[in-house]
Amino acid sequence: MKKILSGNEAIARGAMEAGVRFASAYPGTPSTEILETIAKEFPQIHAEWTPNEKVALEVAAGASYAGARALAAMKHVGVNVAADPLMTLPYTYIRGGLVLVSADDPDLFSSQNEQDNRNYARFAKIPMMEPASSAEAKDFVKAAYRLSEEFSTPVMLRTTTRISHSKGIVELGEPEDPAEASLERHPAEWVMLPANARRRHPVIEDRLKRLTDFSNSSRFNFIEINDTSMGIIASGAAYQYAREAFPDASFLKLGLSYPIPDLLVREFAAKVKDLWIVEELDPFIENQVRELGIECHGKDRIPLCGELSPDIVRDAVLGAEKKGAKPLNLPVRPPNMCPGCPHRGILWALKKNKCFIAGDIGCYTLGFLPPLDAIDTCLCMGAGINHAHGMSKVLGDGKRKIAAVIGDSTFFHSGMTGLLNLAYNRGVALIVILDNRTTAMTGAQDHPGTGVTLDGSKNIDIDMEGLVRALGINWVQSIDPYDVAMARQKVKEALEQDGPAVIISSAPCALLPSRKVPGVPLRVDADKCTGCKVCLAIGCPSIEFKDKKAIILDTCTGCGICKAICPFDAIGGDV
Amino acid sequence: MNVIMAGVGGQGIILASDILTEVAMRHGYDVKKSEIHGMAQRGGSVMSHVRFSKQVFSPIIPRGECDILLSFEELETARYLEFLKPGAWIVINRYRLPPPTVSIGKEEYPDVEGIVREKTQRFMFVEADNIALSLGNRRVLNSVLLGVLSTLLEPDVATWEECIAVKLPEKVRDINIQAFRKGRETK
Repeated sequence: MKKILSGNEAIARGAMEAGVRFASAYPGTPSTEILETIAKEFPQIHAEWTPNEKVALEVAAGASYAGARALAAMKHVGVNVAADPLMTLPYTYIRGGLVLVSADDPDLFSSQNEQDNRNYARFAKIPMMEPASSAEAKDFVKAAYRLSEEFSTPVMLRTTTRISHSKGIVELGEPEDPAEASLERHPAEWVMLPANARRRHPVIEDRLKRLTDFSNSSRFNFIEINDTSMGIIASGAAYQYAREAFPDASFLKLGLSYPIPDLLVREFAAKVKDLWIVEELDPFIENQVRELGIECHGKDRIPLCGELSPDIVRDAVLGAEKKGAKPLNLPVRPPNMCPGCPHRGILWALKKNKCFIAGDIGCYTLGFLPPLDAIDTCLCMGAGINHAHGMSKVLGDGKRKIAAVIGDSTFFHSGMTGLLNLAYNRGVALIVILDNRTTAMTGAQDHPGTGVTLDGSKNIDIDMEGLVRALGINWVQSIDPYDVAMARQKVKEALEQDGPAVIISSAPCALLPSRKVPGVPLRVDADKCTGCKVCLAIGCPSIEFKDKKAIILDTCTGCGICKAICPFDAIGGDV
Repeated sequence: MNVIMAGVGGQGIILASDILTEVAMRHGYDVKKSEIHGMAQRGGSVMSHVRFSKQVFSPIIPRGECDILLSFEELETARYLEFLKPGAWIVINRYRLPPPTVSIGKEEYPDVEGIVREKTQRFMFVEADNIALSLGNRRVLNSVLLGVLSTLLEPDVATWEECIAVKLPEKVRDINIQAFRKGRETK
């Protein structure tokens, strides 16, 4: 039976067909739908959101140690968080197949960088598989489990946004029976003390040699001989682009791009006149080819930055000028916080107190955009609290108006350690936890703070204030961000504290079904409106400005933040 | 065949392109579609590429190779003109959603018809929102536009209607089929 699946859905399907029993992830675009699909369609697999990616990989490794096939999925930058276990897991005995899916994001559609995670495979000395379509995504997942168990190694499967989020036809297969879990002890292979780890390192090096042999004979690496004046080595989405741009060329398609098949590469290079390596982001394959002493074209012409496309590949190889008319200067539609979003109220209060606002990863990062202009830093998950602490320490007393904002999901991901550090080292920054009871940016996933798991059951109830106190913070206050005057007052009080202060800005995400909002749009009293534009400064998409007056659209949720800041009491309605 | 659907978040573009993809598969084609989710979903621009033929490689349509641009919002039409092949068709829903800079009076909403006319004469405006509203549910505008699209593609109406039925929950199935038929009547 054939079905149209996205790359992420195909990975989920592949996991089910491979008899995977355990899957874990922290949500992150473009990887999120892998676990969502598993949870929705394959309840025979235990699937869980974990607080962060390090936990995701480690619990999956635990399931593997107990003999089950396990999958951990994350976005590319999530692998940085999981890098600690990733670098040592290959030293250990992998019992049940263990696959790490890394969803990279060339062109940064929804990320803070565009790192090429194929480099991690080489760094950790584990196989790298790169599917080029949904059909391959499913097929490769199943193959990755066989490979993982045959060589006792974690296997990395790397998609990109175009593979994860594109759809194509997939032939569905029959599921394998999952292996039974059982307890075994392998201390020499599982206790990574120096004496054991030292003995395990040569095992990895030997395994890489055997993996290279495998790579040469694998059906995932194959040569298509056509016109031999041009030969292209490519992988993943870049293969599809190159195949379309140069339909007559010869190809060496790599599904297993680390370790590369040295014999196959030599054979292919000998058959073709001009050898090109077409790949997105880093010269990952190209460097391996050059190490074999083979000359080729690659990043001398193919762009290093951004995603490729058939026309970009064609123009780069042919050295053509970028064609097409000059782009039209059209008004853009940047993503924005939603009408009724609680973040606007607290960001406004911080701005009015003239705070420097260290940001973090979440919807509130969009508060960076004009007209709000509220976010001053955004680096990676959990960094904001630490930026604020470092800055306020060196700035010293009296100069600090340093705040950090962090969402609840991000706080549980990697904010708690930063907050503990702030308390431990007697920091003076104001930390605002934007507790909207969900992981909003990736489409509203639950997290430990909501206590609801992927199967919909509620297991725990976290007392946020109590948690913050337990981390050593004495000044903690919860506020309603829609009460803008109160929020402003509390921020002022917090900034006057001698020690660290935490404000919990507590209001559910405007998109949550549980959200109780008035839902009745507010109205502008045109007689009172002076056209001062103060209400426009919060950047609400429900407020327009026409004929020197503000107008509120029907998309307004009646949250009342604009009403609260209007200096002329011109906005009314039931709040 | 290369089709681009363009508009803004919340207009039902992803669903419409899913339906077209299913129709193409049922006609025996290889088919791929590509779109960007994530940050674009909240009032941002949304674009979906659907490609079908005997064999499809790239999931994204190269510039200059799009056969039909189905646009759900006037301004969004203008963003994708460079994708069009000479002789391509453009179907434009007569609906304007001002982007933020326009709604706060910093920029003007552009003259889309003028921009399009400079590029091609092969375009048509459709009152999809009004047709949907006349049926009692504005959200079925995507089925109206699919109806228009179907007149430019394969004539197998039964397959189209089956695919719409498969992809939609029962309670809105009939109204979407009606909307699709209304779209087909639009000239």
